[in-house]
Amino acid sequence: MSGVEQKALFDWLCRMGDNCLILGHRVSEWCGHSPVLEEDIALANTALDLIGQTQLWLGLAGEVEGAGRDADRLAYHRDAAQFRNVLLVERPNGDFGNTLMRQFLFDAWHMEMLRALQGSSDARVAEIAAKAAKEVAYHLERSADLVIRLGDGTEESHRRMQKALDLLWPYTGELFMGDAVDQAVAAAGIAPDPASLKAGWTTLVAEVMAEATLTVPTAPFQHKGGKAGRHTEALGFILADMQFLQRAYPGGVW
Amino acid sequence: MDGVVRPDPDTVWHWLSLVPDPEIPVISLTDLGIVRDVAWQDDTLVVTVTPTYSGCPATGVINLDIETALRARGVAKVRLERRLSPPWTTDWISAEGRAKLRAYGIAPPVDGTAADGRLAGRISRLAGTSNLVIACPRCGSAATEKVSQFGSTPCKASYRCTDCLEPFDYFKCI
Repeated sequence: MSGVEQKALFDWLCRMGDNCLILGHRVSEWCGHSPVLEEDIALANTALDLIGQTQLWLGLAGEVEGAGRDADRLAYHRDAAQFRNVLLVERPNGDFGNTLMRQFLFDAWHMEMLRALQGSSDARVAEIAAKAAKEVAYHLERSADLVIRLGDGTEESHRRMQKALDLLWPYTGELFMGDAVDQAVAAAGIAPDPASLKAGWTTLVAEVMAEATLTVPTAPFQHKGGKAGRHTEALGFILADMQFLQRAYPGGVW
Repeated sequence: MDGVVRPDPDTVWHWLSLVPDPEIPVISLTDLGIVRDVAWQDDTLVVTVTPTYSGCPATGVINLDIETALRARGVAKVRLERRLSPPWTTDWISAEGRAKLRAYGIAPPVDGTAADGRLAGRISRLAGTSNLVIACPRCGSAATEKVSQFGSTPCKASYRCTDCLEPFDYFKCI
């Protein structure tokens, strides 16, 4: 593998890992605060799966980089500008409905991505995707189920779900925007062109929203920047919380 | 070999069949199907293990338990290797393991019912329903309902029997 390709693969793996890490951290913020015990457990389990997947993606990123950084080092010792997650996953939790809407919009993309990655030319990527896909299938079933039940629920739950969809919609476009990193990994057959995932995602989202009696926004404006390290102010607060111990006591272990 | 114990792999498999799963101690690591290979590489015993769920907190404990069990039998050098592919599936839980789960009060997985994330065509039937009939491990009734897709550990879902009214765990299929 050429140096350029290796750098692109590292960046791309950080995107996969950082999406899982930041969303996993966000979802874990619900632990002990959910409306009912079963949902608390479900959110904690989802967060756990995502953190587990983070270890696989960032672990491979560290291996590819070859500079001695492992998954922990990458998670705890990079600053906001080095994070490569999409802006959607760092959005604040808001209420339970907003959290589930963000989860569904992400899960629907995640499932498409992992399905495509199982045919990756890089066996290490394909095997992580195959493992993660089994878990994400359950995430998607649950988040779709709840978006439908809350959207097509009471007047109040419907209102909140529509508000969540309107708020989060401008953060979904980034999932399908490609750049030089995406082009390099796509050319090497490692990962799909992000734009190729849009049709499947759009169809699924439209079907679920119709069932949920929610209206998909049509405003074209979309935020971007997370994949290149330009984040909203929300990420800094997440990192301050998540990285505190390793920043205060570098290299500290249990 | 300086008198160091070097048992054959069959013996090691037997020893591992006596190591309980840390979260569901009624079944062993081999019942669970997560030990994928046992082999000697020179003077080191290499045990290959596959994780159940990628974030399962039991993974670290399982590795420690394997190492502890083998050292207690006199194996000096043990190395654990992680194998991701093919990914673990509940299909690998042994028949004996399934019987033990049921006796313990956990409904064993129904093979071939893993979520595949393909929602097209069944979205209208998704909300709040379960397409599975999971028999109650206590009274055997098929009149049960899903409480949550996620249960007390990553590998389980929560169900409730509408006949005997007891809640129970279902070891969900992946």
